[in-house]
Amino acid sequence: MFDDFFTRALVAGIGLAITVGPLGCFVIWRRMAYFGDTMAHSALLGVALSLLFDLNLMLSVFIVAAAVSLLLLLLQRRGALSTDALLGILSHSALSIGLVMVAFMTWVRIDLVGFLFGDILAVSEADIDLVWGGGILVLFAMVYLWRPLLASTVNAELAEAEGMRPERARLYFMLLMALVIAIAMKIVGILLITALLIIPAATARRFASSPEIMAVLASVIGVLAVTGGLFGSLHFDTPSGPSIVVAALGLFVVSLLPLWPGRSAETAIHSTHGGHH
Amino acid sequence: MNIRPSEASAPLVTLANAGVRRNGRWLVRGVDFSIRRGEIVTLIGPNGSGKSTTAKTAIGVLKPDEGAVSRLAGLRVGYVPQKLSIDWTLPLTVERLMTLTGPLSRTDIDTALHSTGVAHLARAEVQHLSGGEFQRALLARAIARKPDLLVLDEPVQGVDFSGEIALYDLIRQIRNRSGCGILLISHDLHVVMAETDTVVCLNGHVCCRGTPQDVSRSPEYRKLFGARAAETLAVYSHDHDHTHLPDGRVQHADGSVTDHCHPEDGHHHGDGHHHDQHDHEAHDHAHGPDCGCGHHARLQGFETKEDPRV
Repeated sequence: MFDDFFTRALVAGIGLAITVGPLGCFVIWRRMAYFGDTMAHSALLGVALSLLFDLNLMLSVFIVAAAVSLLLLLLQRRGALSTDALLGILSHSALSIGLVMVAFMTWVRIDLVGFLFGDILAVSEADIDLVWGGGILVLFAMVYLWRPLLASTVNAELAEAEGMRPERARLYFMLLMALVIAIAMKIVGILLITALLIIPAATARRFASSPEIMAVLASVIGVLAVTGGLFGSLHFDTPSGPSIVVAALGLFVVSLLPLWPGRSAETAIHSTHGGHH
Repeated sequence: MNIRPSEASAPLVTLANAGVRRNGRWLVRGVDFSIRRGEIVTLIGPNGSGKSTTAKTAIGVLKPDEGAVSRLAGLRVGYVPQKLSIDWTLPLTVERLMTLTGPLSRTDIDTALHSTGVAHLARAEVQHLSGGEFQRALLARAIARKPDLLVLDEPVQGVDFSGEIALYDLIRQIRNRSGCGILLISHDLHVVMAETDTVVCLNGHVCCRGTPQDVSRSPEYRKLFGARAAETLAVYSHDHDHTHLPDGRVQHADGSVTDHCHPEDGHHHGDGHHHDQHDHEAHDHAHGPDCGCGHHARLQGFETKEDPRV
């Protein structure tokens, strides 16, 4: 059905963009951009381990990303270093350990650039199944987790006081992030996954009047970015990941232009207009 | 003349010798109190005295490191935290904020927003609200849940003085109408609602407790906040010459029952002041709408459902 490599990349990319939209919104609402980066960088360690132990690549990446996020939770509890510093240490050491391990494995030849920046040629039909299967799983989980996750994003104590479990929602969210990173690696590459999470969501903010609308818009904008980026990648023979990110950035810049009826300006007028009785 | 809780009703929350410890330091210790339906408990104390910690322990956000906290099974809590900042990147209208932790009916949302006077802001983004407006939106959110226990951590912060009195008035009405228990943290040592059943004065431990009048006279309170503070403790209260019955009718002091209360009834802060004079300074000045003395809460504050003037 998808015998053309470009069609395969496009189908996989669109599935991925739809999946990451709602997650990307939470990443920016919760200010977790650096955290997402750290998990993504640790994916290279997952790649190395998968080669070393002959494990399934996506499974291995998922396990390492999840382990890194749990490790971060543990280190945060100790409270010796700031989260920022901990993320810096985890992020770059996981990436470096992965690179060093790959260098030691002289018997394997891997396309490092493909892992770091994405490779549309590498997308197989099995990958498409994984992207869409995993994506549907992630989206269902997000629908299920939506209220507790949103409430604890606004205020974890309030959520807990009113009968929710913010810690558990946060843990599930981290596992979903790990899953998305494992899925996204082949298409946008390890170094650029966070961009696909953040840029469409940030672009959507301008036009969104509710968290739910912002999540849907982020998916739509992501689909546009993936489509544009992949066509650009084909046309200019550029790596797929960076091309998608450049396309997303283009949409973001367009959203900043004062062409649109600003949602924020409109409500600002509304709220000052009200005043007191 | 308020609807008093029946003494037999089980406490919603009980703290027994509860203490919370962080990094080798006791934030608060030896706290004992319970809240029943229809009861208002007010926590006062200086900064860092453990007021918020105590409230969070009561509702289960913090676990006590010593002592015990017991809550009624299935207790429904409405919580207004002390600090709440919402990232600008999160598009959230007041209306959407209402259903943050659970679905609500359209009527419940509208009624709650109306009662705190922010119905006109329903579609405004929360980031654009002033401090006082946001506080009212948060209070609306908490009461719309129809909680058994309402926990208000400094609910009047950012609200001007007249709005403050109107808010206290609203809290009293919520208690009278819904019969929920209320745990109130007062940011201002000098203002305690007269309807408060128990004031718990904290300073790392319970330094004194009792009715507002008892506390203002207690030597511990005077020692903690100084005699001047004790002298100026304003117990905000009303002349209760009528009582609002649960069905919305009004019973007057002479025993008659009407569908509405009359403008000349006590506790409507109109031209005639019906304040309890307890500890209030004498009103020797003429009031104008902008004098800021707070006695015009009904006029420049927000709408309340039971007030026939609006």
